[in-house]
Amino acid sequence: MSNNATLEAVSIDQDEGNFSYPEDYAYDAGYGLNEGTVDYISNIKGEAEWIREFRHRALKVFFAKPMPTHWASKDLENIIFNNIRYYLSKGRAPVRSWDEVPDDVKKTFERLGIPEKERKYLAGVEAQFDSEAAYSNVKEELTKEGVIFVNSTEGLREHPEIFRKWFGKVIPTGDNKFSALNSAVFSGGSFIYVPPGLKVKHPLQAYFRINAENFGQFERTLIIVDEGAEVTYMEGCTAPKFETATLHSAVVELVAMKDAKIQYITVQNWSNNVFNLVTKRGLAHENAEIRWIDCNIGSRLTMKYPGVIMKGRKARGEVISIALSNNGQHQDTGAKMIHAADETTSNIVAKSISVGTGQSTYRGQVHIPRHLKGCKNNTECDALLINSSSRTDTYPAITVRGNQHATQHEASVSQVSEDQIFYMKQRGLSEGEAMSLSVNGFVNDLVREFPMEYSVELKRLIDMEMEGSVG
Amino acid sequence: MEETITASPTEVWLSAPPLTEADAATQAGTPAWYRELQEKSWARYLDLPVPKRTNQHWRFADLKMIRFADLAPAAPATDPASLIARAVAGRPETFAAHFVFANNRLIHSEIADLPAAAICLPLNEALVAHSDLVRSHFLQETQSLGGDKFAALHGAATLSGIFVHFPKGCVSEKPILVHHFNGGEGRAIFPHTLVVAEDNASVSVVDVFESITPAEQTLNVGMVDLFADRGGKIQYVSLQNLSDNGAKHVQIHSTRAGRDAAVKVGFVNLGAAWVRNESLNRMVDTGADCQIFSANLANGIQEYDQRTLQSHEAQHTTSDLFFKNALYNNSRTIFSGLIHVKPGAHHTDSFQTCRNLLGSEEAEANSMPGLEIDADQVKCSHGSTSGQISDEEIFYLQARGIPADDARKIISLGFLNESIEKLEGDELKAYLFARVQQKFTALDESA
Repeated sequence: MSNNATLEAVSIDQDEGNFSYPEDYAYDAGYGLNEGTVDYISNIKGEAEWIREFRHRALKVFFAKPMPTHWASKDLENIIFNNIRYYLSKGRAPVRSWDEVPDDVKKTFERLGIPEKERKYLAGVEAQFDSEAAYSNVKEELTKEGVIFVNSTEGLREHPEIFRKWFGKVIPTGDNKFSALNSAVFSGGSFIYVPPGLKVKHPLQAYFRINAENFGQFERTLIIVDEGAEVTYMEGCTAPKFETATLHSAVVELVAMKDAKIQYITVQNWSNNVFNLVTKRGLAHENAEIRWIDCNIGSRLTMKYPGVIMKGRKARGEVISIALSNNGQHQDTGAKMIHAADETTSNIVAKSISVGTGQSTYRGQVHIPRHLKGCKNNTECDALLINSSSRTDTYPAITVRGNQHATQHEASVSQVSEDQIFYMKQRGLSEGEAMSLSVNGFVNDLVREFPMEYSVELKRLIDMEMEGSVG
Repeated sequence: MEETITASPTEVWLSAPPLTEADAATQAGTPAWYRELQEKSWARYLDLPVPKRTNQHWRFADLKMIRFADLAPAAPATDPASLIARAVAGRPETFAAHFVFANNRLIHSEIADLPAAAICLPLNEALVAHSDLVRSHFLQETQSLGGDKFAALHGAATLSGIFVHFPKGCVSEKPILVHHFNGGEGRAIFPHTLVVAEDNASVSVVDVFESITPAEQTLNVGMVDLFADRGGKIQYVSLQNLSDNGAKHVQIHSTRAGRDAAVKVGFVNLGAAWVRNESLNRMVDTGADCQIFSANLANGIQEYDQRTLQSHEAQHTTSDLFFKNALYNNSRTIFSGLIHVKPGAHHTDSFQTCRNLLGSEEAEANSMPGLEIDADQVKCSHGSTSGQISDEEIFYLQARGIPADDARKIISLGFLNESIEKLEGDELKAYLFARVQQKFTALDESA
């Protein structure tokens, strides 16, 4: 099989996001990370004293914690924290109208089609350019109904009574080295509150863009959905291809109160030089539902294991995950399901495709402690290997205590069968088309879980990634 | 797992090389290479760290279990006749040979029906009589599933157990039986099993581990190495039925299956307070097939910790792993299995199944079924389930006049027997099944 052909496929895919504009920033924290960096960010944002203390505590935790290389990829050692810039922005406050967005930033998002999508089908949009949101808007009627959709700085400043209670509670600072890093230098991200009983019909969307080289993006998202309310949130991310490594390390916390529903959709298409190390976790109260729908196509190394803590009776957690790793990529993804109440149920369906020298890893944890009754988990991981140099790993860990639960885990690894390809070639399809069709069929039942616009986009991306991977 | 660390954690294990004067006398006749290897192993043992929480091979393990007070090698057993009687009672009627070891020493051997060309000797005798043959197979495996410190200790100490060598075409349907007894407070034994099946040879070996007296703190550090050459066949079964009060059992197994070789390995764990099984299965040439089975019945506060690797290193190799755990009371099991298909090992078929039957509210089953696939045209899958006997199944049997308690027992027995059934030899299977039944009876009485 030809690797050159596969490489071509990669470059096609990422052309859409592969452009950058000259750097011209009003605020720049410089390279490296120390207490001064944290103070610089805190001063710019004019933050309350408790947030500054929170950041400083987190910085100490970050320095104290070792890299998790005893189980994770050694590639992490290639991140040089002193060569990264931790805060870059053109302005501190996002604007509400595209007309006020600086020209080059606006052009960036126009090329990515964000304003157009907003007009068509989104209820609210936030667009983050490096450290700060450049644009943030939510449909007027939602604001009237009490929906809050702002960035992290604004959320903590304007609505502390809502957000402070849960901030850093679902994912404590010390959860892991990268959640501590985020807690020290976070900027941007979405803080969302949906009042009781309100079902937000259209999705809210955030778009994350890295424009500068050697830059670290550390957005912080907190979504609180009150009793009986529902929301769907989508995020997309891109970056231009630089020579040097770029770091993206987000923390996303979701809180679903009684009977609430949150659906969180990610399509990650970072360029191949981005380390994407993200901590995502949701807390589901009684009868609440949290679904993570996660698609990873880009980045150099992604480590992301969305989790749900099912704290209330009959809470439900779900992770639907698609990962596609091409040459030089490692998608280390998975899920974490912590059952902490009776009759809680969780479901994990993960599918990965490895092309060329790509490596896909599934890592999962399911925990059902003692004294609970009627908990259920279902886990399915399927891996598809396209080339002989492709690699896939599966590392689940399941702990069950007590005799009133049921868990099942299944994983399989396979290739596109030669019979299938032969059958399709017989009917006049080229080998490449046959391969694309097969791969699309492999992920089809998951792709359907994405909103229409995304599933069409996903199919197109998969077609492009598969182009030239056989032959 | 709450962890209480006492003021001075006793992680000494053994502070002096584990040889008593009596052992030293036996050792005097052994070849120089063997004594060198022992010294090297002892140095390595002292060098290696005690496993820590961050070691992935010890994830979920209760590390308190490997804090040993200063252990000493076991002293000769005082009443060998009663032990021999225990070993002989209820053993399978037909067997090729039967060896009984107590506290590292051979106390009984019986050759019933062994092919003339076969070598089947206690390790210390084989070291003298077949030095080169033993040397080329002795402790060759360098890969570790976490127990390398135990393996080094074993290398420094072992002199008990057997060496079995079946030359080309040598076949025996009957199993070679080996009993290992351990006893004495704070004592350790180091049983070794080395089996070599040359081209088209076929051999079956069964190790049985028991305690001399219950409720003593003892440690077994055993190793089993199996070599099957072209078309060779080996079946190895380990029945661990130590005292569930105080006895600890470490067994590190490795298989090297050559071209078209077929190796079956079975682990049956019924006793011991804590067990660590490591099973490394390497398929190194085309057509090699490894099957690994386990049936474990855990009760009280027993902890069974099993780590396995199915390593596919050549094209067209197959393997199947099938583990069953039935858990009662506060027992814990850990299953960590990895299928590794190495680059170039195309056309591999590899399967892995772990099923946990939880019989109490306190029992805990941990499963980590893993896959690492580096090749093409591979069929691999793993499955792990945890659950309990469904009410429908109980109801079905009740409707046929079987009381609920009996119904539960029948279903659990059948559940474990599914693993045992996959082994070969009807008498052997009946022997193993009877031991499982015995433990169930003991369960009933304690309940």
